[in-house]
Amino acid sequence: MDFRNGNELLELCKQEDCLISQVMRRREWELGEMAPDRVEAKMARALEIMRESATQPLKHPVRSMGGLIGGEAKRLAAHAAKKKSLCGPVLQRAITYAMGVLEVNASMGLIVAAPTAGSSGVVPGLLLALQDEYRISDERLLDGLFNAGAVGYLAMRNATVAGAVGGCQAEVGVAAAMAASAAVELMGGTPQQSLDAASTVMMNMLGLVCDPVGGLVEYPCQSRNAAGVANALVAAEMALSGVPQLIPFDEMLEAMYQVGRRLPAELRETALGGCAATPSACERCGGCG
Amino acid sequence: MSFISVFDVLGPNMIGPSSSHTAGAAVIAGLAQKMMTPPIKRVEFTLYGSFAKTYRGHGTDRALLGGILGFATDDLNIRNSFDIARQRGLEFTFTPNETETEVHPNTVDIRMENAAGQVMTVRGVSLGGGKVKIVRINGVEVDFTGEYAAVIVVQQDKPGVVAHITKVLSDRGVNLAFMRLFRESKGHTAYSIIESDGRLPEGITQELKQNPYIHDVMIVQP
Repeated sequence: MDFRNGNELLELCKQEDCLISQVMRRREWELGEMAPDRVEAKMARALEIMRESATQPLKHPVRSMGGLIGGEAKRLAAHAAKKKSLCGPVLQRAITYAMGVLEVNASMGLIVAAPTAGSSGVVPGLLLALQDEYRISDERLLDGLFNAGAVGYLAMRNATVAGAVGGCQAEVGVAAAMAASAAVELMGGTPQQSLDAASTVMMNMLGLVCDPVGGLVEYPCQSRNAAGVANALVAAEMALSGVPQLIPFDEMLEAMYQVGRRLPAELRETALGGCAATPSACERCGGCG
Repeated sequence: MSFISVFDVLGPNMIGPSSSHTAGAAVIAGLAQKMMTPPIKRVEFTLYGSFAKTYRGHGTDRALLGGILGFATDDLNIRNSFDIARQRGLEFTFTPNETETEVHPNTVDIRMENAAGQVMTVRGVSLGGGKVKIVRINGVEVDFTGEYAAVIVVQQDKPGVVAHITKVLSDRGVNLAFMRLFRESKGHTAYSIIESDGRLPEGITQELKQNPYIHDVMIVQP
């Protein structure tokens, strides 16, 4: 069982009367190197690492290697504990977790690239927040990861997930598309609604550049992971409400790829433009000395 | 197109902060050390391109040293690899080279010396997402990824050597995935790199070395 694009994925879901996560699982069993029980164990381990990296910084904040970030997740949690959160529980927790994962990543902690290290906070951030709020079981959360994996696979296959090739829209943008699609399935939406949500995310994050201060995976990466979570939540809510998406996921992915390739090199992970080239960032970094 | 697994999307499990600058660096050095007879006593890293510019902030140095020490991309010991190397009596240096720019942006040369005095230099490039390529061994341009079990044969460029290699491997039932010959110039040192499906059997090193033109054999298992 395999699919080359979103359209074929939706066809398979229809034919087999199953969800995106089920198609992705069967694809892995049939075409991958590992037996089904090992696939399941490996995904469970990924979830375990995601949870650890999302929650650890709430108790033990750490300074990043480059010194640009550290302690953000704890601040967010403390603010929410004072009943001051503007976002509401799901988004509040999701951004806290997402920023926490990036804090762990930037301090040489253990994370799961999803699809990259620089975008590793989005998928766990949203899924773990949904689990907290809606008491979703770990088994169902694993379904969510397979669903997210299907969207990420299509992006890797038909476009790119490298910031150096396609900008941040290809990293955090794709991560948010993955998270949105998974959230839709976990909340009872259809495969079509999952891919609609993924498409909406790509549309709303189209053109986002990759401009890391000092060339490090810290700033604005961590903040953008939180923004990715918010975009995912917005898109999932729209899809679940039945708001139609005009542009199919495959076309939106191609549009993202085309835009990415037209971004000048300064805005593709070279730290020569965007945030990285602002006077304040340059002063802080001192890297070009 | 090779199969993209769900774990290529949700993975690798890795020590941050960068799949190319941290995880990829550990993978390159991990492959390099498998080509040497242990114990390695001294290692010199020369960093190029983006590696040279940002290696400290990305922990590329700790990851490279961790790879030499045999740590996987998700091993937290990578963070303490400097201390662990010192405890094990492994000397190390890092030299950024920002003058040579005609290389892939994430390139490292690894010069290793073992207790027996053997010296080897390996060049690796980190391609992103933890994927890597070894592109040079002791000055000879090569190309392999370490994703498959590989036999690297150092030989004199003479007729019949490749036939000997394939005979030994076919007698042992090894199914070849890829086989390539790399050489500096006609008649001089050449490298055969043979990648196979599944693990390579023990003992093929001795059998391969029975050919007088074969100088050395290295086995790199994933």
